[in-house]
Amino acid sequence: MATALFEGPEALTGGPEVSPAPEAVVVRFAGDSGDGMQLTGGQFTLSTALAGNDLATFPDFPAEIRAPQGTLFGVSAFQINFGSTEIETAGDQPDVLIAMNPAALKVNLAALKVGGLIIADSGEFNKRNLEKAKYEANPLDDGSLDKWQLLAFDISALTLQAVKPFGLGNKEALRCKNMWTLGLALWMFDRDRQPLIDWLNAKFARNQVLADANVAALNAGHAYGETAELSGPLRQVHIGAVASEPGLYRTVTGAESISYGLVAGAQLASLPMFFGGYPITPASSILHNLVKLKEFGVTTFQAEDEIAAIASAIGASYAGHLGVTSSSGPGIALKTEAMGLAVMTELPLVIVNSQRGGPSTGLPTKTEQSDLYQAVYGRNGDAPIPVVAARSPSDAFDCAIEAVRIATQYMTPVILLTDGYIANAAEPWKVPDPKAYTPFPVTFLEEPNGPDGTVLPYARNDKGARPWIKAGTPGLMHRIGGIEKNPLTGNIDYAPASHQTMTDARKAKIDGIARSIPAQEVTLGEPGGRLVLVGWGSTFGAIHQAVRRARKRGLDVSHVHVRHVWPLPENLGDLLKGYDKVLVPEMNTGQFKTVLRDQYLVDARPLTKTSGQPFTIAEIEAAIDAALA
Amino acid sequence: MNDLTPIKTTLKDWETDQEVRWCPGCGDYAILKAVQRTLPELGSDPSNTVFVSGIGCSSRFPYYVESYGFHTIHGRAPAFATGIKLANPDLDVWLITGDGDGLSIGGNHLMHVIRRNLNTQILLFNNEIYGLTKGQYSPTSREGTSSPTTPLGSVDHPASPCAFALGAGGRFIARSYDVSKDLPQVLKAAHAHQGAAFVEIFQNCIVYNKDRFDDFTAKPVADATQLWTRHGEPLLFAKGTKGLALDTQALKLKVVDVTDGDWQTAGVVVHDQTNRTLAHLLVEMPFGAFPMALGVIYDDPRPTFESALLGQDHKARAGKSADLGKLLAKGQTWTVDA
Repeated sequence: MATALFEGPEALTGGPEVSPAPEAVVVRFAGDSGDGMQLTGGQFTLSTALAGNDLATFPDFPAEIRAPQGTLFGVSAFQINFGSTEIETAGDQPDVLIAMNPAALKVNLAALKVGGLIIADSGEFNKRNLEKAKYEANPLDDGSLDKWQLLAFDISALTLQAVKPFGLGNKEALRCKNMWTLGLALWMFDRDRQPLIDWLNAKFARNQVLADANVAALNAGHAYGETAELSGPLRQVHIGAVASEPGLYRTVTGAESISYGLVAGAQLASLPMFFGGYPITPASSILHNLVKLKEFGVTTFQAEDEIAAIASAIGASYAGHLGVTSSSGPGIALKTEAMGLAVMTELPLVIVNSQRGGPSTGLPTKTEQSDLYQAVYGRNGDAPIPVVAARSPSDAFDCAIEAVRIATQYMTPVILLTDGYIANAAEPWKVPDPKAYTPFPVTFLEEPNGPDGTVLPYARNDKGARPWIKAGTPGLMHRIGGIEKNPLTGNIDYAPASHQTMTDARKAKIDGIARSIPAQEVTLGEPGGRLVLVGWGSTFGAIHQAVRRARKRGLDVSHVHVRHVWPLPENLGDLLKGYDKVLVPEMNTGQFKTVLRDQYLVDARPLTKTSGQPFTIAEIEAAIDAALA
Repeated sequence: MNDLTPIKTTLKDWETDQEVRWCPGCGDYAILKAVQRTLPELGSDPSNTVFVSGIGCSSRFPYYVESYGFHTIHGRAPAFATGIKLANPDLDVWLITGDGDGLSIGGNHLMHVIRRNLNTQILLFNNEIYGLTKGQYSPTSREGTSSPTTPLGSVDHPASPCAFALGAGGRFIARSYDVSKDLPQVLKAAHAHQGAAFVEIFQNCIVYNKDRFDDFTAKPVADATQLWTRHGEPLLFAKGTKGLALDTQALKLKVVDVTDGDWQTAGVVVHDQTNRTLAHLLVEMPFGAFPMALGVIYDDPRPTFESALLGQDHKARAGKSADLGKLLAKGQTWTVDA
């Protein structure tokens, strides 16, 4: 965790002895779900990125769109960890908690580092809100916050005052509170306001009064920090730019980078893309992004349900497009039968699963990695599907390209696993050059490929892949379907030998993909030793930092992070056997651990968490200590 | 359908080398022949034609037509067809479904493909029974149908496919039956219609629901019970001795006698295939007291889904570059110097 790198919160709050500026800070904005905390966090993230800090974010919001105001379950939070050093998680414990109401304070207080700073809007700590948050006494007054440093002032009143000249109604005026708070935060971390002012003017281009009011609130919050004589411990901190590889940078969320990666993949395959989707949290944002990319040959279709979404994508693949669909938990379950058809008909398809807490509806807005079994094993019949797992928002770009490559080169559906955390979280991204990727253009069959001008839709190439024949190609008429087929002609064929041959061929094809993927590398550490932590997906940051810290303390531990979850890299088994112990941290009850045990007969042990929150570095570090004790 | 140059083919050109595996005497044979006979007349190109089906006896259809064919999953053929048409709107797509596939498990997709008005021909083979699973009652089975799952007789009210399609916003509604000599005419009209053309085809399941439609398809009763709708012609049946008139008091159709061909005096309604209200009345006439309305009942095209969606996409793309590198570098960026 980056916050360990600076010496206590005094550095931030200018306690008794002023310490040098910290290398990293964790700030959590928390408020009512109607308070615009995600927006505030998003804009703070942007200003952080523009200041050249490395960062990671964790948006954490309720499933309800507008939960009743002031309630504990309606609290929406946005955490950002930023610093002048490499940042890989959203941070274990916030150094600063900005609480816009009593409920936000109550829900988030436990996470705050002892001695950390609370900034609270005292104007919202009235009797009604205190009751809703189930406070018997006002925590701002009763000494219960003594473990922390408290700065309470009436942000509501200050905002109303700041926007008074614009003649807004009370409700509208109070909506500017988040900009006032953002202004204060910008002052605290010595940030340039101009990009935010530009953004507000663009956002409210059709309502200049609202634009002006919000800018005024932003400026007022900033000025408050600068000029107000705060009796408390607030002081300005400058976090320097991180030393990064030279190049052009931007921030990116997983949903954005997956969308761009799919477009890049389609371009590398020389294909138009068809995306069939159905709204579901947290996968919808991919569809929202792709509808804006039509000029890249993207056709999007909001289907009537999850099944129609995948079915239309398979139909489009049959007609020569790159079919893509995406969903989460229950939606993926609904698509399962159609995935089997894509396996059976051997058509390319990318299925993006933005995992969320399950089973059933589960935790729609929280993160989990519990769909691994479903991805690897979860279909009727022997229906192998390759699985690629993204570890971060920026990694998701390359993973999406990889999914397209495998789908089109091997004529198979591919599952791309991401999760709610990756989808929503933002991080700085060195803008890739799409031209630097090796193209993998698709060749459609244009002429009969069998003897005497016959068409053999299931004749296989050296990869075990059948030819892709676009419906509509002159003279290549053929029929495909979900029934077992003749190994060459594709005609219905239930003969025992045919089913055996085809089952074997489908398995061999997917197994063979392992030959086209890079050997598994040790992400951090040595290829052998006392302990290895094997991760996949969004646990990357926490595992990586925990292993780094443990190694700094001299512990013999390494980190292996797996992108190709199925088929696994060919060397993975031998690599794991070089360690005395194998520990698999994952946000489920131990799914990848089971796969590793099954494939390699290694004594992989689980480290699991299913609270809907990502691992903290400390949790993983503790597990390392326990394993090596 | 599309406007590509007509291709010369014969019925034989539309037959595959696959052995047809329906039960001997199944109505599906007659429908297959009618389609294979119609396709050459339409000038269709096998390379440009796609038959898409779901699951069930009817859905084996694509294997027997020498064109592109996709035998998909139960009830979802309309969704596959939607992807196919959006990827390549020039393809001539025929959707083959049944009463179980289209109205039970696939009712949702059928509703939406009709509502969106995807340019396809939708042939729903209605045999009022589940054939492939051995005779269970279906959503179109009449009340009281005895079947392996309803030994005491089914209690639920049947769905009317044409009323469903019309209710879903269908712009082309037609009805015929497997051995009808007029089936090709109906198919041609469906093909000519730009948009989702829905055709209900009564089909005799020789094994599990034998002769279910004899009360209007059997030769001796056919004239008296079949009313073929023709645009601009009076709604007459029973060799012109009976017709349908409007009971203006009750706002419903009534059967009237026509003497010496004087249908005008009898007040017989002239069929207008663009009259949606009349279409509703015709498809919902209770059989028995009324004849069975057959033929093109409703045909009033409007813009197709794919033309609207792809047209919008086309406009959205106009003047924009597909330079991904540029797109990625757009917006709020910063540079780290070496």
